[in-house]
Amino acid sequence: MTSALDRLRAVNWRDYVVYFAFALVFVYFAITQSEYFLTTSNLTNVIIQAAPITVMAVGTVFVLATGEIDLSIGSTVAVAALVTAKVLESTEVWLLAAGAGILTGLVIGLVNGLFVTVVRLPSFLVTLATMGLLVGVARQLTDLKSVPVLDDSFVWLFGGGEIIGISILVWWTALVVFVGWHVLRQKRFGAHVLAVGNSPAAAQVTGIRVARVRLAVFMISGATAALAGILYSGRLQGARYTLGESDMMSVLAAVIVGGTALVGGKGAVVGALAGSLLMAMINNGLILAGLNVSQQMIVRGVIILIAVSLSLRAKKSN
Amino acid sequence: MSQSSPLALRGITKQFGAVAAIERFDLEIEAGEIVALVGDNGAGKSTLVKIISGLYQPSSGEIVLNGKPVNFRDASDARAHGVEVVYQDLALVDQQPVYMNMFLGRELVKGPLRTLDRARMAQETQALVTELDVRIPSPRAQLSDLSGGQRQGIAIARATHWASGLVLMDEPTAALGVAETAKVEETILRLKERGAAVLVVSHNLEQVYRIADRVVVLRRGKQIGTRSLADVEKNELVGMITGLVQ
Repeated sequence: MTSALDRLRAVNWRDYVVYFAFALVFVYFAITQSEYFLTTSNLTNVIIQAAPITVMAVGTVFVLATGEIDLSIGSTVAVAALVTAKVLESTEVWLLAAGAGILTGLVIGLVNGLFVTVVRLPSFLVTLATMGLLVGVARQLTDLKSVPVLDDSFVWLFGGGEIIGISILVWWTALVVFVGWHVLRQKRFGAHVLAVGNSPAAAQVTGIRVARVRLAVFMISGATAALAGILYSGRLQGARYTLGESDMMSVLAAVIVGGTALVGGKGAVVGALAGSLLMAMINNGLILAGLNVSQQMIVRGVIILIAVSLSLRAKKSN
Repeated sequence: MSQSSPLALRGITKQFGAVAAIERFDLEIEAGEIVALVGDNGAGKSTLVKIISGLYQPSSGEIVLNGKPVNFRDASDARAHGVEVVYQDLALVDQQPVYMNMFLGRELVKGPLRTLDRARMAQETQALVTELDVRIPSPRAQLSDLSGGQRQGIAIARATHWASGLVLMDEPTAALGVAETAKVEETILRLKERGAAVLVVSHNLEQVYRIADRVVVLRRGKQIGTRSLADVEKNELVGMITGLVQ
């Protein structure tokens, strides 16, 4: 009996907070907003709205699990989306356009990673700087003008398409979450990411190439941010320098609420998905409840505060 | 002295600029032997361990493993040659299960996707901790749930698992209490029974007498003496360490 009790006590409840919160908020909105909230089209809409955030959140899980942070993801979204739209405009080959977008993200991640591993600066400072730099690049690229995306295949594949009646954005979300989960949980690389985040010294003496792991997570983060940008431009049928500009906080909130430690060593990809859907659901419910944008932002800020407090409190009690 | 003792050091010297951290150090450790390395702070004990484990390259001299002269580029090179080190600060990952720590950096994988083979890692970990009598709740327990002694037991088990006959220990019980130290010493003695050669740095002379067969005294980089513990009185040993005995 005691052992069962002990086992219950040993469970780190914070790991599951996101699922309880998800269930709670779901039930709350289902009761208070019953006529529209529970419709399939609204619930699908929540996942679709959340898709870019979810995709970025998966990359961010890797960065945070390594004990680093990437603040530049929001501005990477805009730059990658604009590069994609421009390449699509001039070549009309969707594969080339999407490839150029992803490559942009990888290069940004590589630069971030090199400053962290070779120049040995804290990632907070490096990505704060590149964030500002990329905001400038995004504005400069098209002189603040938006670039339309008209290619049918591109729009189908990254925005409006459906496979067996399910939005392509739901499929993208599922694919990225599955791959992220698989790599973090099932691959040696994932184990090394967690080891580096937990104890870089221990990782080093056991022969894990710490710098290479750090470099890789920034490139993953850059790539997922770029994919998010591509998904935005597909859904909105155009790219604009403002894309992703307020996403960084939403992503961090989703990931931290989802159970990934801000200090490294712990990562939860499925939790990040739940966190992202939770945030989107709250947004959705608040809109249905008639709150305006300012009010939504206030509520979101409060939620982030609560999430971070929970995360750090759990750390102390350990 | 057999040709193929697990470790032979011949004339190891390490200069840092004009300062000799280690001068012409010679030692041979046989299989199933525990040699203690003692000396005051700054005597060069850690430097010597770092040389053997590949973190430093000797300025001159020769490291011979199982009869073969070796030249390590770095720590992972030394590890590839089967030299394992147990550090006093453990070098373990707290938020991972015991079995992942055991296989850290050398995780077992299975299948065409090369996914982690958690079941086999847990199983091999269980076999090893059973053999070394390191008592832990489960190989799947998270490391942070173990006591200091259990963790050091895991660190030693890990070194044992990957070592090809030679295990270096840098103050393995420095961070532990009395009961836990006793437990870890038992584990070290079990390594000896298995035929491992163990070089252990220790500040604790009682411990040296409890577990070691021979002792090497370093003072300011000089090898003051190498004695069988059966032949040396504690007073004399203290004298060698402090410089009262020349």
